[in-house]
Amino acid sequence: MKIVALVKHVPDAAADRTFNEADHTTDRTNVDGILSELDEYAVEAALKIAESGDAEVVALTMGPDAALDAVKRALQMGADSGAHVADDALHGSDAVATSAVLAAAIQKIGDVDLILTGMASTDGGMSVVPAMLAERLGLAHVGFVGELNVEAGSVRARRDADVTETVEAALPAIVSVTDQINEPRYPSFKGIMAAKKKPVETWSLADLGVDAGTVGLAAAWTTVETVTKRPERTQGEIVTDEGDGGAKLVEFLAGQKFV
Amino acid sequence: MTGTSPLDLLKVDHLLDDEETAIQETVRRFVDDHVRPHIAGWYEDGLSPETVREVARAAGKLGLLGMHLTGYGCAGTNAVSYGLACLELEAGDSGLRSLVSVQGSLAMYAIWRFGSEEQKQRWLPGMAAGELIGCFGLTEPDFGSNPAGMRTRARRDGSDWVLDGTKMWITNGTVADVAVVWAQTDDGIRGFAVPTDTPGFSAPTIGRKLSLRASVTSELVLDGVRLPADAVLPDVTGLRGPLSCLNEARFGIVFGALGAARDCLQATLEYASDREVFDRPLSSFQLTQAKLADMALELQKGFLLAMHLGRLKDSHRLEHRQVSLGKLNNVREALGIARECRTILGASGITLEYPVLRHANNLESVLTYEGTSEIHQLVIGQALTGSPAFS
Ligand SMILES: Cc1cc2nc3c(=O)[nH]c(=O)nc-3n(C[C@H](O)[C@H](O)[C@H](O)COP(=O)(O)OP(=O)(O)OC[C@H]3O[C@@H](n4cnc5c(N)ncnc54)[C@H](O)[C@@H]3O)c2cc1C
Repeated sequence: MKIVALVKHVPDAAADRTFNEADHTTDRTNVDGILSELDEYAVEAALKIAESGDAEVVALTMGPDAALDAVKRALQMGADSGAHVADDALHGSDAVATSAVLAAAIQKIGDVDLILTGMASTDGGMSVVPAMLAERLGLAHVGFVGELNVEAGSVRARRDADVTETVEAALPAIVSVTDQINEPRYPSFKGIMAAKKKPVETWSLADLGVDAGTVGLAAAWTTVETVTKRPERTQGEIVTDEGDGGAKLVEFLAGQKFV
Repeated sequence: MTGTSPLDLLKVDHLLDDEETAIQETVRRFVDDHVRPHIAGWYEDGLSPETVREVARAAGKLGLLGMHLTGYGCAGTNAVSYGLACLELEAGDSGLRSLVSVQGSLAMYAIWRFGSEEQKQRWLPGMAAGELIGCFGLTEPDFGSNPAGMRTRARRDGSDWVLDGTKMWITNGTVADVAVVWAQTDDGIRGFAVPTDTPGFSAPTIGRKLSLRASVTSELVLDGVRLPADAVLPDVTGLRGPLSCLNEARFGIVFGALGAARDCLQATLEYASDREVFDRPLSSFQLTQAKLADMALELQKGFLLAMHLGRLKDSHRLEHRQVSLGKLNNVREALGIARECRTILGASGITLEYPVLRHANNLESVLTYEGTSEIHQLVIGQALTGSPAFS
């Protein structure tokens, strides 16, 4: 069985995040990037399936050169190989374009039985790419999965959405997993050293047969008009209880429109 | 205003390759997740043997134990990676780094380097996984800096060996499954892999410590411990055996001590910018900045020294007196930084809410074990003058 884990390279949430002044896209060059933490759960889920049966795990990313780090991290954790779609024309692509490119890459990988993704990226946070991919590839999509079992030709998954439900889907399928599904492993030192020797393919849009005019900032369905920096965190307010502590707390909360 | 991270002024990360960086980051995350949340409690209450085993298993899973050795389940990283791992571990606590040093560089290294194939097969895979704990018994109550005078004796009885004597200050002695014990024989000093369930072996814990509290320190009592002929490490005789193990562990300390110092400096930078004195942040006063600048300088000089030694070690050119230079400087400076940081934190600095006094107290042990500062000065003195002042 062949599993593709989608991995996104995102700016480290612990660092200051900025936008390019010219086009308001996320600044990905001046900040440290990491594998989106929510995607680590997808990689872990893929590795667990691979360990309990006979499966190959491919880590796939789309993004600038630095995005290769997300693939490397997945390889260090234990994925077997990687694929990286990189093309200058991709700069500023929206979810619609991203899903088209990833769909083409998945088709190029070929014979894929299961596609695993995180439940959202930690930068864009739209959670739409898995469903769009499913639509483009004509596959079943099970989202927000907190428990996953692979059986012969199908998956059984517990969806933790508004209600909890257990659904079954025929393979091939796309499953996005939540941060409740597992505890992602650290890459072991052996994994880190083995990763260097694992194969990684790099594809341009031409390699995938995707028209550069259909992706990128110009083709995006939405644009970011302005960005505003989050206000500096202000000092907390300390309420000293002089018999009226409770009332003062309620006053504060009401003032902030929390109650 | 955010300042530059104290280890980043020189952009020392440019000295590392991808693999070294990945290993360092992984250990940092391991320490953040598994050590930082518990360390104040471990330090205050002392580390229980159960916790030692738990931490060892987690460390084994990562590949930390015997990481720079090859085969037998060991990861086989380079020396720089091992150093960086020690640095990140010791940023958590010197006790934790001691566990990894003793297991990998002392107990495992002795068996890996001087043991028979059977001994390696028997002990190393379990030790690499953290399922088996090892300790290293060299120091005795009356022989620390001068181990050549040791009184522990191994005598032959038929084909068996019988060990008698006492070892002191032995890290993880009480927890260990196997003790590497060095003893006098008719042919000179030999090493033995002693299963700790052998009759006559006991290892009471040393209590009332004010330093390295998140580490178990023990006495080893060997009272007619009878071992089969194959318990002796076949490939070394003389003090060269234990000393070459110590050289491995010392190398890790050259990096490790900097981790403790970095952690102190980071905590202090945060504290000094939050703390207002005389209506201004403490960090805005010239005296404070002079302290911070000097500490950051020493930290980075120490790191360059450590990296230089690491690259020498990876190209098999590292000499033991160079390790002495590194251990002497980096532990001494780290201890100085920890104490200076403590002054900036004022009264808060004496609590376990902040890491600085915990690190300073730990570094007192680090200053003494693996060769005291004075002994390293004497080693360097001998290298300079040709005249050995300590023997
Ligand atoms: C927490 C902890 C854990 C330890 N773990 C281990 C372990 O796992 N295994 C192990 O074998 N040992 C271990 N040790 C022991 C450690 O290696 C010894 O404490 C160290 O070698 C110093 O020996 P000593 O304490 O007997 O001091 P001494 O040798 O008595 O030294 C006392 C003082 O005299 C100085 N001195 C000694 N000789 C000279 C000289 N010729 N000229 C000038 N000054 C001199 C020393 O520098 C020191 O300042 C540990 C120690 C500690 C504190």
